[in-house]
Order: sequence, then C-alpha cells, then structure tokens
Amino acid sequence: MIHMLLQVQDAATAIAVAKGTNALLGAGIGLGLAAIGAGIGVGLIGSRATEAIARQPQASGDIRGAMILTAALVEGVALVACVFALLFKILA
Amino acid sequence: MMALLQQPDIGRMIFEHTADSRVVELPFGLGEWHLPTGWRLFGIDVSPTRHVVFMAFAALCVLLAVLVAKRSIVKRHREGRAPAGFGTAIEAMVIFIRDDVVMPAMGHDGEKYLPYILTLFFFILFCNFFGLVPWGSTATGNLAVTGGLALISFVVIEVSGMIALGPKGYLKTIVMVPPGMHGIGAVAMAFILTPIEIIGKLVKPFALCLRLFANMTGGHFVILSLMGLIFIFASWAVAGASVALILFMMCLELLVALLQAYIFSLLTSVFIGMMLHEH
Repeated sequence: MIHMLLQVQDAATAIAVAKGTNALLGAGIGLGLAAIGAGIGVGLIGSRATEAIARQPQASGDIRGAMILTAALVEGVALVACVFALLFKILA
Repeated sequence: MMALLQQPDIGRMIFEHTADSRVVELPFGLGEWHLPTGWRLFGIDVSPTRHVVFMAFAALCVLLAVLVAKRSIVKRHREGRAPAGFGTAIEAMVIFIRDDVVMPAMGHDGEKYLPYILTLFFFILFCNFFGLVPWGSTATGNLAVTGGLALISFVVIEVSGMIALGPKGYLKTIVMVPPGMHGIGAVAMAFILTPIEIIGKLVKPFALCLRLFANMTGGHFVILSLMGLIFIFASWAVAGASVALILFMMCLELLVALLQAYIFSLLTSVFIGMMLHEH
C-alpha cells in the first residue's frame, strides 16, 4: 500500500519535472513559429506596398502611412505570442 | 582586461529595469526615493510604485504641454504671427488626430469623443517617451496600466453604443442577426453569432492592452539583453557591435512609441465609430 503511494508520488514528480521542460520547449517552438508568421506578414506588406508605389508614385505618402500602420498591427500579433511565451516560462 | 569573476545575473537586471518596483532612482546620482507602503483603500493595496509615479508625472506633463501650447497659440494669433514653435507642434498633432483619426472613424458625432481620444493619445505618448530617457521607466510597460487603459476604452465604446443606439439597438449588436434573414434561419444565426459577438467585444480591448504592453516591454527586453551580452562576453569587440545595435534599437523604439500611441487611439476611435454607425 505504501509502496504504491510512493510510486504514485514518483510519477507525479516526474510529470511535474517533465512539464517544466516541455513548457519551455513549447514556448520556444511557438515563439519561432510566431516569428515566421510575422516575417511572412510584414514581407507581404512591404512587397505589395512597394509594388503599389511603383504603379502610382504620387500616392506614395498614403501608401507609406498605410504600410507602417499595418506592419505595426501584424507585429502586435507576433509580440502577443512573445508575451504568452514569457508567461509559459514564468508559470513552469 | 580581467574577465568577470562570476556570471552576472542578466535575467534579474532585465527584470529590475522593466518591472515595477517600490524604489524610484533619482537622476544624476541623487540617490533613491523609497516610496511609501501601506496605503490601503477598502483593503486593497494602493501604495504608489515607480510606474504610478511616472504615470502621474506623464499626466502632469501632458497638462503642462497643452496649457503652454494653448497660451502660445493664443498669443501668436493675437499678434498675427505665422505659426511656429512648441504650441504649433502640439496643435499640429491635435489637428492630425482630429482630422485623420477621429473624424473619418466617427463622422460628425466624433466631436464628443475627441477629448477622450486626444487624452488617450497624449498620455500614452508621454508614458512611452518617458521610458526612453535616462532614469526613466515605461509606465505603459506594465500590464495593469495598459489593462486599465483598455478597460476604460471598453467602457467608453460600450457606453457610446448604448447612448447612440438606445438599449434595444445596443442589444441588437450582441444578439446579432445578419440583415435579411427571418424565422428559423434568424434564430439559428443568432445562436451562433451571439457568443462570437460577445467574445469579439471582449477580445478587442484585450488585444489593445496586450499590443501596447508587448510592444513597449519587448523593445526594452531586446535593448537590455544586448547590454547584458557585453557583460557576459566581457570583450571590446562585442561591446562595439552591441552598442551599435542598441543605438539602432533605440531609434526603432522611438518610432514604436509614437506608432503604438497612434494605433491605440486609432483602434479605439474605430471601435467607437463602429458602435455609433451600427445602423
């Protein structure tokens, strides 16, 4: 009976330790994927914006403003992922 | 040059510089100001911390800036001189917020919400900028501060909807039915869309809060990590490259500070406009 309890306790501590390492791994992978997403997103914004400026140079002021605004919003998503990754590290 | 004898605790340094604390470091080596503890209001601890002090300081600076700008503009107008100087710069920003942020989003009802959006913009701007000067601390780099700002924006958005649409019209924005559906289809769509609408109403201010917090804290993390690299490697070459990168990151931080204040105000006014024009 006591032997079984000890085994359960061993398994629980093992899970807790594994949870710690897995949390950090999960946070790292999640952060990397978020960075890829942000990179692709901002790259698309930049490419379409420069294409639009090339087609109509007199609208370049408006296009530049819209590009910076949209880039900030897309970066916001990646940074939200960063915040949650930190949360995982702190929680584990 | 002797390397450091023990590994410096970079994580603690980063945490001390970005997180809240009960000690304000006075500039030019004047020492430290230990803030009073033990202030309680209805059992909640409301003693001031470093971010609270900087928030109050930023609010005071916004007030002074606007008052000085107003006096300077009135004096220039009275003397008939061309616009120039500090007052004109503040006026340019106010006109930009009015004509390019509030009015396009809300139409002519926007005049009622212009003071709130202007206050939001200038307060967040000054808070962000105070994090970038020496001995300064970013008040908006605190989840509670941005959470409070997002909560106030949420209340303003919902109350504006209730005032403009009336209680029945406001409920229609929650129990939403796509236009042109009747009968069973309408009930089914209402069942599906109502939770989505409610979650949407809660997620939008939450995203505002997280975006501002993450942008402000993230930049500081990168700068402090790069500085920590100098101490870990203890080499002059690394120090040179690190300082160059830090300089670039600081310029980016300036842009991000301005941009995030603008985006917070823009999104708040867009959400208010969406509520005002539901019908």
